This record gives sequence, C-alpha cells and structure tokens, in this order.
Amino acid sequence: MLKPKRRRLYLVIVSGLCLSAAVGLTLAAFSSSLTYFLSPRQVAAQHPAPGMSFRLGGIVQAGTVQTTLAGQTPTTHFAVTDGRAAVPVVFTGVLPDLFREGQGVVAIGAMSGDGVFHADEVLAKHGAAYMPKDVEQSLKEAGKWDPKFGPPPPASTWNDMKVGS
Amino acid sequence: MIPELGHFALACAVALAFAQGVVGIFGPSLRDARALYATPLLALSHFAAIGLAFLALVWSGVVSDFTVENIADFSSSAVPLLYRITGVWGNHDGSILLWCLILSLCGAAVAVAGGGLPASLRARVLGVLGLVSGGFLLFTLTVSNPFTRIWPPPLEGAGINPILQDPGLAFHPPVLYTGYVGFSVAFAFAIAALIEGRIDAAWGRWVRPWALISWCFLTGGIALGSWWSYYTLGWGGYWFWDPVENAALLPWLTGTALLHCAIVVEKRESLKAWTVLLAIATFSLSLSGTFLVRSGILNSVHSFAAAPDQGLFILALLGLTIGGSLLLFAIRAPVLAATGIYAPISRESALVLNNVFLCAIAAVVFTGTLYPPFANLLFGIQLSVGAPFFNQTVLPLTAPIILAMGVGPMLPWKRADLLPALHRLWLAGAAALLVFAVLTASRHVIAALGLAGGAWVVVSALTDLFRRRFSTLSRSALGAALGHIGFGVSVLGIAGMTLAVQKVVVLQPGQSTTLGGYTWTLQDIHDAPGPNYTQRVADIVLSEDGAPFLTLHPSRRFFAAQKVITNDAAIHTNGFQDIYAVFADEPATGGAELRLNRHPMAPEIWFGGLIMALGGFVSLSDRRLRVGAPARRRHKPEGVVA
Repeated sequence: MLKPKRRRLYLVIVSGLCLSAAVGLTLAAFSSSLTYFLSPRQVAAQHPAPGMSFRLGGIVQAGTVQTTLAGQTPTTHFAVTDGRAAVPVVFTGVLPDLFREGQGVVAIGAMSGDGVFHADEVLAKHGAAYMPKDVEQSLKEAGKWDPKFGPPPPASTWNDMKVGS
Repeated sequence: MIPELGHFALACAVALAFAQGVVGIFGPSLRDARALYATPLLALSHFAAIGLAFLALVWSGVVSDFTVENIADFSSSAVPLLYRITGVWGNHDGSILLWCLILSLCGAAVAVAGGGLPASLRARVLGVLGLVSGGFLLFTLTVSNPFTRIWPPPLEGAGINPILQDPGLAFHPPVLYTGYVGFSVAFAFAIAALIEGRIDAAWGRWVRPWALISWCFLTGGIALGSWWSYYTLGWGGYWFWDPVENAALLPWLTGTALLHCAIVVEKRESLKAWTVLLAIATFSLSLSGTFLVRSGILNSVHSFAAAPDQGLFILALLGLTIGGSLLLFAIRAPVLAATGIYAPISRESALVLNNVFLCAIAAVVFTGTLYPPFANLLFGIQLSVGAPFFNQTVLPLTAPIILAMGVGPMLPWKRADLLPALHRLWLAGAAALLVFAVLTASRHVIAALGLAGGAWVVVSALTDLFRRRFSTLSRSALGAALGHIGFGVSVLGIAGMTLAVQKVVVLQPGQSTTLGGYTWTLQDIHDAPGPNYTQRVADIVLSEDGAPFLTLHPSRRFFAAQKVITNDAAIHTNGFQDIYAVFADEPATGGAELRLNRHPMAPEIWFGGLIMALGGFVSLSDRRLRVGAPARRRHKPEGVVA
C-alpha cells in the first residue's frame, strides 16, 4: 500500500496531465476552428481571405434567388444583405424550409477568389417571425433596425430592402 | 375558473415549498420532532399543489381555453388532442411549470421512499429540495406565469409549431427534465451531508439509486432528442453541438462521473469530497443548462424567446443556488476525511481515471459552449464554436476512456496487476484489431478507429460478463456491463455514420439516380390528406441490381394556420442501416428536389442509448441497493418516478 501522500501525488500528476491535454487541445482547436460571424458590410470592408471559413448572416435580398440545375444537382444563387452591402452566395444542397426572400439566414462557408461566398450550410430558424441573433445584431449596426423602436419588422417587409441605402 | 384554481394552487405551492425548505433545514438542528414529521407531509402537499396547477393548465389546453394567453399562443382547436396536451410544455412558461412539477415529484418520492433514512437526513434533503423548488416556483408565479389571461380572447389559437407536432417531441421534454431534475436529489443529499458533516458508505448507497435513475432518464432523454432531430429536422444529422445539446450533455458527463465515484464511496469510503462536488456540479449544470438556454443568454436554434427581466431573475436564482452550495462545500469539505486507501493500479484508480477524463471532456464542452457569449460580452466580437472544435477536442479525450473502459471492470479493488487483466482481454483486442484492419483496407481511418473502439468496448464488456458465472452475477454487475455495451454500441453507430453517403438531386417522375449501390427512382408525386395540414407525397422506389425492394414516401406538409411547410423524412431501417429520403422542394421546373442518404450503423446510436438506460434500470433493481433498508423501501424510486 502506498502512503496517502504518495497516492495524492499520483492523483495530482494524472489530473495535471489530463488537464494540460484538455487545455492544449482546446487552444489548438480554438486557433484553427473558431468561426467568426461577419455581416455583408464587414465582408465588403475587410475582404476575408479566400478559403477562410466564417458565418455570413443577413437578409436574403429580394429578387436574387435563382436555382439552376447541373445535371440532376440543384445549385442556388442568392445575395445576403444587411441593407448596406450585399454578398453573392452560391449553395448546392437542400435549403431550409423557411428559406425565402426577406428571411434572415446564416450561411457557413468561405469566400472564393471571385468574390462569391461558397456556402457549405445555410441555416434559417424554424419560425417565420424569428430573426437570428447575429443577424439582428448586424442589422442594428447597419442602422436598419433598433430594438428601442419596437419589435423587428415582419420578415416579408425586408423584401423591399435595397442595397446601399 | 379552472385557470384561476391553477393559479391559486401555484401560489399555495410557493408557500408550501418555502415552508418545506425552512422547516426541513432548520428543524433538525432545533431537535424538534414535529419538524421531522412535518417535512414529508409538506413535501407531499407541495407536490399535490403543483400537480393541481399543472392539471389545470392541461385542462385549459384540452378544452382550448383561449382566454389563457399561453394556450392562445401555442395551441388551437384544430390541433389533435395529444398535442393539445403536450403543447402545454412545448413553450417557455409551461415547460418551467413541468420542471417544477418534476422537482416536487422528486421531493414526494424522497418523502415516500425515504422511510429508511435517518429522520434528520431526510428532513434536510427535503428542505434543500423545498428551497430550490420554492425559488423556481416564485419565478414561475411572478415573471413567467402560464395562467395569465388575455382580453378579449381570440376566436382561434395561433396553433402549435408544426415541428413540435410529433410523438418524439411529445415525450422528449418530460423524460429529459426527469433526468435533469432527478439530479436535484443527489444534490440535496450532498448539501444535507455537508450540513451534517458526515458521509459514509450508507450515504453512498442512498445516493446512488437516485443518481442512477436520473442518469437513466437523462440518457434516454438525450437519445430521444437526438433521434427526434434526426428524423424530423430532415438534416440527416443526429448531433449538432448546439448549446442546447451541450447543455444536456454536460450534466450527463458529470452525472456519469458521479455514478462511478459513488461506487467508490459505497465500497471503499474514499473520494467523498469529490463525490459531493460532482453531485453539486451535476445539478448546477442541469440548472444552468435548462435556464441559461431558456432565458436566451445562449444563442441556440432551439431557444424559446424570453423577456430580459426573466433572464435577470434566473441569473440571480442560479447564482444563489450554485454559489451558495459551492460556498458551503468550501467551508465544510475538509470535514469529510477519506478512510480507504488503494494502489495506483486498482479498480479505484480506474474509476478515478474515468472521472478525470469525463470531467476534462465536460470542461472542454463547457468552454466551447460559453466562450461565444463571453467573447461577445468582453471583446464585442461575434463568433461561433461549432462542430469542428468539439470534434477536435472531445474525440481525443474519449479515446483513453474507451481504452480504460475495457480494462477497468477487470481490475480488483485495492490492488491489482495489469497483466492478468490484459491477458483476459485478448479477445476484445483481437476483435478491435480485426475491425481496424478490415476498415483501413478501405481507407476510412476515422471510421476504422471508431468502429475498432466500439468493438473493443462491447467485446470486453461481454468478456467480463462471461468471466463471472451467471448464477453469481449480481444485477448491478450485469447493469454495469450493459451500460458499457450500450456505450460501445453507440460508438459503433457514431463511427459508422462517418461512412454515410448523401446526394441532392432534382428528379422528374420516372427519372432515377444511383447512390450507395442502389437505384432510386421517383415514381410519382401526389396529394394526400392530413389532420391539420395538407401534404404532397413523393413515391421513391429503391432497387438493387434491377430488383425493387423498397418504396419510400417522404412528404412535404403545409400547415395552413401557421403558413409553414415541413419536410417529413421517410426512413427505412433494417437495424444496421438507415435509408433516408427527404422531399425538399418542388422546383418551378417541375419534378421533386430530393435529398437521399444511406446511413450505415445509424440505428446503433440510439439503440446504444437505449441499452445504456436499460443497464441503469437493471442495476437499480439490484438487491444490494435495497439491503440495509427496511421493507418500506421496496416500492421505491423505480415505481415512484418512472
């Protein structure tokens, strides 16, 4: 049998090793896989490097949604706007049920060299009146809506939003 | 009238809960026998009052009383009866009432089943439960009252969110909440022990069944929720590392650690302070999980919208409960001295290792979940921590647990040799190597590692079962082995899912495509009726080598009341593989946009969860957990809570 002191030492060593492994893994993963949220305005100002993954959030701009077929595979083109700038997005896959013009969306993906955002995933909240929190924030910053003046306007009125206003 | 009765019952429940808290906690130190007798009665009447309030709310839902705001906002007379009932807890206010109901049910269960406990310990446990319940009932009554009336009442309710209209979701919240809230009993035992300053093997034996039963429900609840999101959301995924999911995973991780180290307290009277800390941590994580997410502090796709004043109230409650219990722990923990000693290689050490790794995973998940809101608060940047982060950090930490899981149960208590234990595991090792070799041949390294790990856990647990004679096998050993097998089966499922193939296609009726070795042909698109929706159904015929063997009917449902469309995925399972089809859209060009998936091993993910929960219940039925308690405890937790 070991003395309690010795036993405690082993325990401390094992826990310490495990803790440092956890911290190391966390830091490594933080440096490589944190995804930033950018609004179209920030994308226009900062020009994120092509291939860097980030989340793009805003309103699907009215009159921009186009679906084309390459063979049997559908590809959707649309633009995401926050009322100040718009970013063209291309996405191959199934869009969420609530995806429509004027709806708040969050797209996860990266810019390509030609200034088009290639989305791997497009999210829309299940609930027509909902505004994703990040999108809400970026709309506030773009001066399009402030919670002080009541609830956000219904999603359908965002259809009239024009770029650059 | 009925809602007012419910409202009044709720107000009574607040008073009764606080009375239970004060009498239970201070009564035993006054050495007043009346206090000891009064607490169980207070706990029962407190449960009865909340039960009455809850029934009143359910009644308002069933008769579609739209003068109640909660019912008008989240139900309608067109909704089927089952969902008029379950819709009661499908929203913020109602779900908190359900939470309080289950908490008071736990109190009532302790009052009824705790006849074998020392009277002062039982009073203190009930007192702690009463205080916690009182705080949250006060919250329900003041800022989130489900009985609020509106005038004038609308002619028709707004209706239930269509994706909540599903049998999986009808039962997921009660099961999950029972898991969350059940840990309140372990927490109350820990606090009571800190107040009394005494923990012994008997304490471990009292706490373990309660921790075990809530762990079973939590496991079942998580599996149900994951299964629900798999088949309703139509994404074909089962786990998204969303804050809500992490909120359920965190108490599961620490709860699993608690289960394992409570064994050490019971058998060896060691690790006492650590067990108490884990009990506090598990319930604190359950609390913050339920309420941080519900209050909208964490940004989640599942969150209910809530007013900011609710958030503040909840933060204050959480601060009081968690801060208070940790302070008490800091003051009283040194009193709890360990008596059992053990060698570095022993069953105890294996359990310590399990605890260390489970807590490391919990810490990593906690950091990843809470970093985004803190970064936003402190640095004003918006970022998100998604699946890549969790996969990179959690998976490497799970690997040692998987390895140790095979070896641990083979080691005897106190002192062991590693060699004979490893010797017994040759079959498991061979199975793992075989799986790994077969799969690396097809160049799927991650899947190969995962499947090998799953095979290792399952075969080693089976080896452990066969090593002992079945006649002498205790139910708790059988339960433990089942729990490990269930975990291994889940690992197999998760690893198998990395081999999934999927494809998005637009097909005209009559056209076909190939995926995963099958030919998928869209035969027809047609209308079909539904209770409060209309639907478009796609008929997809699958054939292999020209021979059709299966027809799938995924549908798109139109809910007129909410102007919402949902996709109802068609899933065919043979137990080892899911064939999964979603009817995503009807494009303007005609035909159907379909997402087709082939998911190898997917059913094993939830099947494993089921086995784990089953293992827990088998272990609960062990005689040992009833030994040392008078006959009155025979109809205890399993009958009362289940």
